[in-house]
Amino acid sequence: MPPSDTRQNEEPQGVGGQSQGQPLIVFDDVVKRFGDLTVLDHLNFSVAPGERVTLIGPSGSGKTTILRLLMTLEKVTEGVIWVGDEPFSHMRRGGGQLTQASEGYLRERRKRIGMVFQQFNLFPNMTVRQNITEAPVHVLGTPKGEANARAEELLDLVGLGEKIDAHPTQLSGGQQQRVAIARALAMQPEILLLDEVTSALDPELVAGVLDVLREVAETTDITMLCVTHEMGFARDVSHRVLMFDQGRIAEEGSPEQIFGDPKEERTRSFLSSVLEKGH
Amino acid sequence: MWDFQWTLQILPDLMDGLAVTVQITVLGYLIALVLGLLIAIVRRAPFVGAVLHAAMEFVRTTPLLIQVVFVFLLAPAYISPMTVGIVVIGVHYAAYTAEVYRSGIEGVAKGQWEAARALSLPARRTWGAIVLPQAIRKVIPALGNYLIATFKDTPLLIAIGVGELLTEAQQIGSASFRVVEVYTVVGFLFLLVSIPSAILLRRLERRYAAV
Amino acid sequence: MDFLIQRLPLYLDGAWVTIQLTIGGGALAFVLAMVFGIIGTIRHWLPRAVSTVYVEVFRGIAALVLMFWMAFALPQLSGYQLDDRFAAILALGLNVGAYGAEVVRSSINAVAKAQVEATVALNFSWFQRMRLVVLPQAWAQMLPTFGNLIIELMKATAVVYLIGVTDLTAVAQNMRESTGETVIAFLGAFVLYYLIAHALIFGMRLLERRANRKLGRAVPRGKGLKSLAQSTPVGSGTAGGIS
Repeated sequence: MPPSDTRQNEEPQGVGGQSQGQPLIVFDDVVKRFGDLTVLDHLNFSVAPGERVTLIGPSGSGKTTILRLLMTLEKVTEGVIWVGDEPFSHMRRGGGQLTQASEGYLRERRKRIGMVFQQFNLFPNMTVRQNITEAPVHVLGTPKGEANARAEELLDLVGLGEKIDAHPTQLSGGQQQRVAIARALAMQPEILLLDEVTSALDPELVAGVLDVLREVAETTDITMLCVTHEMGFARDVSHRVLMFDQGRIAEEGSPEQIFGDPKEERTRSFLSSVLEKGH
Repeated sequence: MWDFQWTLQILPDLMDGLAVTVQITVLGYLIALVLGLLIAIVRRAPFVGAVLHAAMEFVRTTPLLIQVVFVFLLAPAYISPMTVGIVVIGVHYAAYTAEVYRSGIEGVAKGQWEAARALSLPARRTWGAIVLPQAIRKVIPALGNYLIATFKDTPLLIAIGVGELLTEAQQIGSASFRVVEVYTVVGFLFLLVSIPSAILLRRLERRYAAV
Repeated sequence: MDFLIQRLPLYLDGAWVTIQLTIGGGALAFVLAMVFGIIGTIRHWLPRAVSTVYVEVFRGIAALVLMFWMAFALPQLSGYQLDDRFAAILALGLNVGAYGAEVVRSSINAVAKAQVEATVALNFSWFQRMRLVVLPQAWAQMLPTFGNLIIELMKATAVVYLIGVTDLTAVAQNMRESTGETVIAFLGAFVLYYLIAHALIFGMRLLERRANRKLGRAVPRGKGLKSLAQSTPVGSGTAGGIS
């Protein structure tokens, strides 16, 4: 059981119609340092099941690190991350003590989580189809035929049905990113992490990717954590916005409140700087 | 089964052999360094260059051992096997170092050549003061690899009776029938030279990679 | 010319031995290179140390010394006499495998970190990550150096003549002794070595093309077989002579 005292004041407020019971993700006093640099500074927050949270803030404020910690691409320096009722960054030893998580434990835990990367990270040695089916077949043990059918379905969803046997290098950046979204969804994650998924794209390709994600948000109840500079998208899709600054949450609230009436000066200056860049 | 006493007894003879091996390595490598550079420069000439290139490729695609034996058989009797060995090893590795120099020379920015021309420097100055210093600096680690390779190829000279380490070992071995000690010590002596060289080379690489 | 044509079968027999040793040594070297190269990338210190020891020891000892040890010392030590060809294959394979392991290790480490992160996000196991993503991508990077190594291995097989195996070099020597014609007798062997080397280069280029195509990379320089046969320098970029 996650310790409840640490998240009392972070209990999601106004999570439009989402369940108010157990939080799905809890960051309990999480610290992350790279050498002398403190990236996350005693961070506490939680996310409810089905909630869609957007993380904004200047670069270096720790947003991406949060996603990378959840994907186990980094290890926490201090504190504990909980997913569901289980510790995620650590594992339980006898007597309820927490200890460093083993690779086997992490594999079990991160089954529930999928991630889409800024640079797509499709596998160049595989076709689009293989990119989407390899993990379900080999990791989840899905029968090949079923995985194939699901891949076709997902590619239709992202509008790339006819590219199923293409090679990643034959696709535009936007198309690659849509395949990457399909690949993540094929693992049927409960939680989807989106790490600046449109930042590496040419401006004219951004809309296609965001449309796909809007569709996913509307038609599924996947919990989403999204780092983005696309404020319009954040406003449309998210239930809650967290503004980060120097490894801490500077302000949080509904998208209407954060974008319409930010309370903190830091939020205001950040938002105006993003708007100036033409986003 | 292992006779330490005896091992100590044969060690001086083996060390003599090692000294010859090192001597051959150093001399052969010096030939490779100088000749390879000349080849790399001459290779840029239209006709002679193409012929040289083909010849060097032939040298690189046939075994050093058969080259050594072949030249030894054709060489006049007054030339010692050791000299033949040093020269053939030198020429063989020149075929490799020439490629290393070539890549270094091609790596020098075109602007450097143009600047030299703009100053109307004579060819000798262009090469000597501008192109080669830049080219060679970059390829020092790659050249160093061939020093270790040369060292490890010198035992081939056993085929023409040069008294290097392995020949020495074979003689001791066949006289005493104690081949386990002999060849094992030879193996260790090789490691004694090549592992420190490899470590040194890695340092060199790091130093020049930092530039 | 008649000299060579008459004796061609003998030369071809010698060449066949050279080819067998090249294939045998190459196969052993490949397996060793893969095993020690891969365990050299594991984070735990023990497999890494094992890999380093193998690489440094067998790279550090000349192939010929290793072969003498296998052919002469090992029988005395174990009482079991290895077949000379097998001793040669062992020595060459161990030696070239050590160079190859370094190539495998550095090629694996050169695979983009983002690719590995993607496999974590898809929850691949270490084994699946290696087999499905990392090795197929590292493969294209290994091949050019593998090409140089197989040429070096082929050349290094000539040392078997020193332990009494009748390879191409031994045939040349026998011919010279029986006829007194040094130049012609050796010319036949030189030409065959040259041809074998170019056959190997050609084969490796085909593999490289296929590997690059699989990664969706443009195949450099021209099309068709002609460009494959074009000579690019052999041996450049390797650690060179591997004996």
